Amino acid sequence: MQRGTAAPERAARAATALAITVEGLTTGYRRGEPILRGVSFAVERGSLVGVLGPNGSGKSTLFRSLLGLLPPWQGHVLVEGKPARPNPDIAYIPQRETIDWDFPVTVLDVTLMGRYPRLGLFRRSGKADRELALWVLEQVGMLAFRDRLIAELSGGQRQRVFLARALAQEPEIFLLDEPVSGVDAPTQHFVFELLERLCRQGKTALVATHDLSCVAQRFDRVLLLNHEVIAYGPPQEVFTETLLNRTFQSHLLLLRYGDRVIVVESEDGDERSC
Amino acid sequence: MSGVVDLLLEPLRYGFLLRALVAAVLVGTLCALVGSYVVLKGLAFIGDALAHVAFTGIVVAFLAGFSFYLGALAAAVAAGLGIGWVTRRVGLSTDTAIGIVFSGLFALGVVLMAIGIRTYTVDLFSYVFGDILAVRSRDLLAIGLAGAVVLVTMLLLYKELLFAHFDPVVAEAAGLPVGALQLLLLLLLSVTVVVSVQAVGVVLVLAMLVTPAATAALVARRMPSMMALGVVFGAVAAAVGFYLSYYLSVPSGGAIVLVATLFFALVAGVVRGRGAWRRLMAARS
Repeated sequence: MQRGTAAPERAARAATALAITVEGLTTGYRRGEPILRGVSFAVERGSLVGVLGPNGSGKSTLFRSLLGLLPPWQGHVLVEGKPARPNPDIAYIPQRETIDWDFPVTVLDVTLMGRYPRLGLFRRSGKADRELALWVLEQVGMLAFRDRLIAELSGGQRQRVFLARALAQEPEIFLLDEPVSGVDAPTQHFVFELLERLCRQGKTALVATHDLSCVAQRFDRVLLLNHEVIAYGPPQEVFTETLLNRTFQSHLLLLRYGDRVIVVESEDGDERSC
Repeated sequence: MSGVVDLLLEPLRYGFLLRALVAAVLVGTLCALVGSYVVLKGLAFIGDALAHVAFTGIVVAFLAGFSFYLGALAAAVAAGLGIGWVTRRVGLSTDTAIGIVFSGLFALGVVLMAIGIRTYTVDLFSYVFGDILAVRSRDLLAIGLAGAVVLVTMLLLYKELLFAHFDPVVAEAAGLPVGALQLLLLLLLSVTVVVSVQAVGVVLVLAMLVTPAATAALVARRMPSMMALGVVFGAVAAAVGFYLSYYLSVPSGGAIVLVATLFFALVAGVVRGRGAWRRLMAARS
């Protein structure tokens, strides 16, 4: 039924419904100063997982481990049943300060970069890659901007382009590090809609965000992280004032009406809703 | 009209002048190509340091009696790898370290040269300011070979080099060997600097790396056109500079760089206020 070497791999994937398994993960950048301590959780394929925690709680470090860019000191990280290593099946949208905005690259150029890891060494992108890139640009509403320089875009537009690049990579798993911070409201809404749609199609997405209310309403699972796993489960179970306050070490109030949850920071009354 | 053609062809009757012209155009081409990344990634200081280290390599090679290309290449490649190692290990702000180590090495070259001149009759000063008329057949072969290697590498690995330098984090996450690609670029830069030192001299290699590529950056909107335009600016500046050098009896390096700078000034004047200029000046290093 299935051809070539892909068959046993697909069978193995079907056998395990888990996209990501992390067990007893301890890791960090400097010896003796672990950022993550004994982190364990498992993500089923097709889940939309919110990763919540204060700044510096290890969200980006967790993502680097899942990408195989940071080896575990203890424990293990399995992605699609295999030890994590950088590969095109997992797309990463980092926080954006590492990008060189001065490069003369257009929206279409950036989107096509998503195809590069799939093409292999020396090969150039072809007509099919270009068509796919144009199609994903249409999906994110940036087709009309395809010849614009990346430097000429607004924050929200840039984020849509990076989503397009991730989509062009055709990955199974998406890792998004604060995709909606500093982004206009329509784009925020669009990003979460898109993620929901992808997960319904069987893709898996982990999203680090500060938008508690959005996570409460839209996400399948929530990982509360503060160097250790504070809690992991469906938002209804995990979103308690006790657990949130242990995670953020501040005073958050939960307001519920019906199935809507609104999180209010009690000190300055900063309210976020979705 | 035929007068102009005669002026252009007249020097080329001599083998050494023809070689010089070919060498100049090759150097202009190579420098502009690699220079695209030098301008975009702010590697100008590293390029300058490499040229100075290459000079010391040349002096040492002369004193030790082996091919100076070998000496310069060994020194520059070692320096390129060293810089790569330092930037990956130490992280940010390596400018001071590069400045100290490489001006120190250049000073060593200057002192060794003074010793060398007492015993050898070779004019090592031609490497400081460049003497394209001194290019011999085997020099041209070396420039051609090195140029071919750099050119083919940059074409074959175009997409990998672009992704790895535009967005290193995502490129690495997607499985590209970003560290190796960044090191490769430093190696290509080292080779380019070494073959350019004889044509334009230690002091002016930097100008050839930066000026034509920066001129192209003023008008180009995409990477391939930036590289192609840079090559045109670099090669034409080299050819025009060569003729100026021949007819006015001025050092080739100075003439070539002056023409390249003139191109930049002209293009900058034309595109002033179009945004590209501001973008370039705002470019971080």
